[in-house]
Amino acid sequence: MAHAQGQQHPIGVYLKIWGLLFVLSAASYAVDYFQFQGYLRWFLILVFMLLKAGLIVAVFMHMLWERLALMYAILVPPLLLLVLLGIGALEADYTFLTRGTFFGTQSAVPSVPR
Amino acid sequence: MTQPVLTGAGETLPTPEGFQGIVADYSSDQSAFKKVPWGKAMMWIFLVSDTFIFGAFLISYMTVRMSTTEPWPNSSEVFALTLWGNHIPLLLIAIMTFILISSSGTMAMAVNFGYRRDRVRTFVLLLITAALGASFVGMQAFEWTKLITEEGVRPWGNPMGAAQFGSTFFMITGFHGTHVTIGVIFLIIVATKVLRGDLDRQRPGFLTGRKGNYEIVEIMGLYWHFVDLVWVFIFAFFYLW
Repeated sequence: MAHAQGQQHPIGVYLKIWGLLFVLSAASYAVDYFQFQGYLRWFLILVFMLLKAGLIVAVFMHMLWERLALMYAILVPPLLLLVLLGIGALEADYTFLTRGTFFGTQSAVPSVPR
Repeated sequence: MTQPVLTGAGETLPTPEGFQGIVADYSSDQSAFKKVPWGKAMMWIFLVSDTFIFGAFLISYMTVRMSTTEPWPNSSEVFALTLWGNHIPLLLIAIMTFILISSSGTMAMAVNFGYRRDRVRTFVLLLITAALGASFVGMQAFEWTKLITEEGVRPWGNPMGAAQFGSTFFMITGFHGTHVTIGVIFLIIVATKVLRGDLDRQRPGFLTGRKGNYEIVEIMGLYWHFVDLVWVFIFAFFYLW
């Protein structure tokens, strides 16, 4: 055997996923085009984003057909970013309030009478 | 004389599935990632580290956007184009998204034809992928030019609102564009190897004595799909949010 056979799947799988990614991209563009706002906008953006990312990793990058040992080694560590996300959000809130207090036009706390 | 008993041949060991499979793979005292060439495992690990780089960029973007007291520029308007008298929001970005997804599709098919030893089709698909990637970089250059010269966006400020808009935009899209550019170069190198038949004749690479084979097309593909993957997140968080 010259070398081990790699990932072998019918071409149709890739074409279907390709089409699906086009539809999902069009859908996320439509979110902006029709100017959805507020929580609906954020929810739709996140859903379409996660679906697209999942399809790319699972099918185009063949993660679906790898053994669990590789899946877990690759997919679990990035979840640590959620901790950084939380820290960033906390810090940003604090900075925002501090800026409002010291530089804002409308002060977050009532000004002290002189 | 008796034949020596062959031990430690990974393929002959039972490979259970599920959680037992994870334990068996990691404790097998051999390579942990079964049926995965080491080059592919290394590319995956590099991609995890790259995930952290882009993750850190996007999270710092979130942090500065949340903490600014100035209004954030409306990306839908900033990136709008006027074509034939019609004002279309985010048009260029949408086209760039579709181009990158198409290049991912052609890349996936190139990997497939590579494993089928279809040299010419693999080469053509890799070249189409590289061309789509290059056009993406070209559009990004156009986008940057428009933003700098017409909208007056600078890393330290812009007329529309929060100064952090420019700094995060140039940082994140610049880093992504660099990745695409490196990917295009990488694609052209791999395409050349495919067309020359290096991979069929197992000719060693330029920097290594290892024999060439079609796994490098899949490894290249992983990098390219990752670039597309990062764009999915940038598109969602920077342009649409």
